[in-house]
Amino acid sequence: MELDPVVISRIQFAFVVSFHAIFPVFTIGLASYLALVYGMAFKTDNPKWERLGAFWTQVFAVVFGMGVVSGIVMSFQFGTNWSNFALATANFLGPVLSYEVVTAFFLEAAFLGILLFGRGKVPNGVHFFAACMVSFGTFISSFWILSANSWMHTPAGVEVIDGIYRVVDWQAAIFNDSFWYRFSHMALASFLTGGFVVAGVSAWFLIKKHDMQLHRKSLSMTLWLLLFLTPLQVFVGDLHGLNTLEHQPTKVAAMEGNWETRAGAPLLLFAIPDQENQTNHFEVKIPKLASYVLTHDWDGVVPGIKEKPPELQPNVPVVFWAFRVMVVMGLLMVLVAFTGLLLRRKRAYMHKRWYLQTLRVMTITPFIAVLSGWIVTEVGRAPYLVYEQMTHAEAVTPSLTGGMALFTLIGYMLVYACVFIAGLYYLTRVLQKGTEVPDHVNDEQHRPKRPLSAADVSFD
Amino acid sequence: MSEPIFDLTYIWAGIIAFGVIMYVLMDGFDLGLGVLFMFAPTEEDRDIMMNSIAPVWDGNETWLVLGGAGLLAAFPIVYTIFLPALYIGVFLLLAGLIFRGVAFEFRLKAHTSRYLWNWSFAIGSTIAAFAQGAVVGAYIQGFETENMRYVGGAFDWLTPFTAFTGLGLVAGYALLGATWLVMKSTGATQQWAYRLVKPLLFVVVAVFCVISTWTPFVDTFTADRWFSGPSYIWLLPVLGFLCVIWLYRSVSKKRQGSPFVATMGMFIFTYLGLLASKWPYVVPPTYTLKDAASAPESQLFLLIGFLFVIPIVLAYTAWTYWVFRGKVTADDGYH
Repeated sequence: MELDPVVISRIQFAFVVSFHAIFPVFTIGLASYLALVYGMAFKTDNPKWERLGAFWTQVFAVVFGMGVVSGIVMSFQFGTNWSNFALATANFLGPVLSYEVVTAFFLEAAFLGILLFGRGKVPNGVHFFAACMVSFGTFISSFWILSANSWMHTPAGVEVIDGIYRVVDWQAAIFNDSFWYRFSHMALASFLTGGFVVAGVSAWFLIKKHDMQLHRKSLSMTLWLLLFLTPLQVFVGDLHGLNTLEHQPTKVAAMEGNWETRAGAPLLLFAIPDQENQTNHFEVKIPKLASYVLTHDWDGVVPGIKEKPPELQPNVPVVFWAFRVMVVMGLLMVLVAFTGLLLRRKRAYMHKRWYLQTLRVMTITPFIAVLSGWIVTEVGRAPYLVYEQMTHAEAVTPSLTGGMALFTLIGYMLVYACVFIAGLYYLTRVLQKGTEVPDHVNDEQHRPKRPLSAADVSFD
Repeated sequence: MSEPIFDLTYIWAGIIAFGVIMYVLMDGFDLGLGVLFMFAPTEEDRDIMMNSIAPVWDGNETWLVLGGAGLLAAFPIVYTIFLPALYIGVFLLLAGLIFRGVAFEFRLKAHTSRYLWNWSFAIGSTIAAFAQGAVVGAYIQGFETENMRYVGGAFDWLTPFTAFTGLGLVAGYALLGATWLVMKSTGATQQWAYRLVKPLLFVVVAVFCVISTWTPFVDTFTADRWFSGPSYIWLLPVLGFLCVIWLYRSVSKKRQGSPFVATMGMFIFTYLGLLASKWPYVVPPTYTLKDAASAPESQLFLLIGFLFVIPIVLAYTAWTYWVFRGKVTADDGYH
């Protein structure tokens, strides 16, 4: 079999970026949660909040550390596997991605150290401020990354001279047409990830009857937050979908599994899309609902995949199913959050074992939703890397062979497997230790750029 | 598009060149300790070696990321030719750095699995050092390009010459690591480090002489620059050689700090010599600084951010080294 460097490079990028993304998506949400908890500690002077903050700070440190390690690889992928893309877009993406690095360094040098190690050494107000700044910094970082990504979906503010993009309007390029939708959708996704992890871990501690008073408090607050965040995410997700319909109709058609442009399109609950024959098998559908969702009119006209010739269509089954996985995860989250509201009576949500077990399992759902959402948007842009301007085949490194790409793909898989297993194993050690007050620790070894040093749990 | 009044290309060249030498010097000594790690006589020596770099190694790698990101923004062609040309080498470098970083953290928290992290740290550091040395060799060799793209093969970067420069840098970093350890340790560990310096210095000087003799055969441009008549650049190897003598004498006199400073001097003059050999080419033998530069508006846009953050990184770095000055012992830290 001929190894196609484009296909393998896409798999490699999908692998390294997915592996990387699960860490920041969690830390962004958790940073905001920490700011909230330390804010409560500052306001109420209740030592419970302190203890909760101290525990989640350790978790934050380990996950943040893993995110930094896996992120180093990302900054080289553009050059190694997509050098034609990097060459063409460097005038815009170079500064934008560098600003992300600059933000991260500023954040680490100035505030991360205070957040991780400053408790009790700086006034509580300063510590709270540092927590807010770290949280703010994580948003600035995602701002730059999502700006770069959104620009690849809805390029703007540039002109092409001899195959090289030059920025003519920074504001139009940075705040391009899909940016705010993507940013809001991702910010909420981070909140949901942080929220469901905190809720799941609190539920787990309640099942284990560890430090119950503290985790009841934490669970209660988190469920209130999720009650508002989950429906808000559905609403923002819908807006994001409508924005995509405007700019990338083929992607939306693939999400819906709708081949023909037509009025009154049905919403497919199930189908096996068949790209070769440009049709679906085994459709289970609700009449006219897709038209209503997309145009807010039961007989609205929605675009079909066949508007584009087969060679310019994305992989429909992947987009179609990834979208359904994301939506099901989202609806599950809404359901669980609202069940929590129904169980408020007599505080049943903190006693019912089945609900606590459900929350425990739900910890994984935001991660699945985030990854499948990214698969929808990235695979749905294919065959383009810069939408309607540069294809994957044009963007790939010309000197790259399939064998080279396969070698590094397997290599990164092995490296990440080791790092991931060690990190996950250590994280469970931190969780198992629970929310007891940490032992005496030697402060000299604590460095903000080595976030892992904030966790004081033995490895074996 | 109007051209700016002032050309930022040279400012950016200065920033990147500064970032690279900062990285080489600072990550150099902690990578060097990794190279020497498994040769240390006792586990206590290894504890001391780790403790001597624990507070600083992470900040050292800041310069790599800063340089890499700045390179894409300021000299995209360098980025988009070097990375494809060094494809396998870049992977080895990253894998080595990742293993080493993770091993570093977990070794400090591990007890029974400690030997595993020891080896990860040593092997990861050695691979990373070798890959960097091979990059230097590949840079001297030059790159096969066409229309701003790399068109050579997957292993053009790995020749006898670059393998030799790779081993040379492993030895060079080991020397930096040994002199760093002389400065930061006492007793038996320091005696061990002292014993390492002269043999390593001998290897480094020998490798340097071989590379210098070999270079004119792989690269005629460099040969012309050095041998087409007397020039000020000959001052650089002379100064480098003075550093070698200084290092030798200061180790004989059992000085504590000067061996490290002298070794840094050797690195700096070699680095400047290398830059002088290639100036103004950044992708030898085809593209100059000017060819590789990004658009002026992009250079300016990012420069604002860099001018803000570089002083902060420098101040933070200086503060860290100041706080952790002086000798370390095996008990400094991890229990």
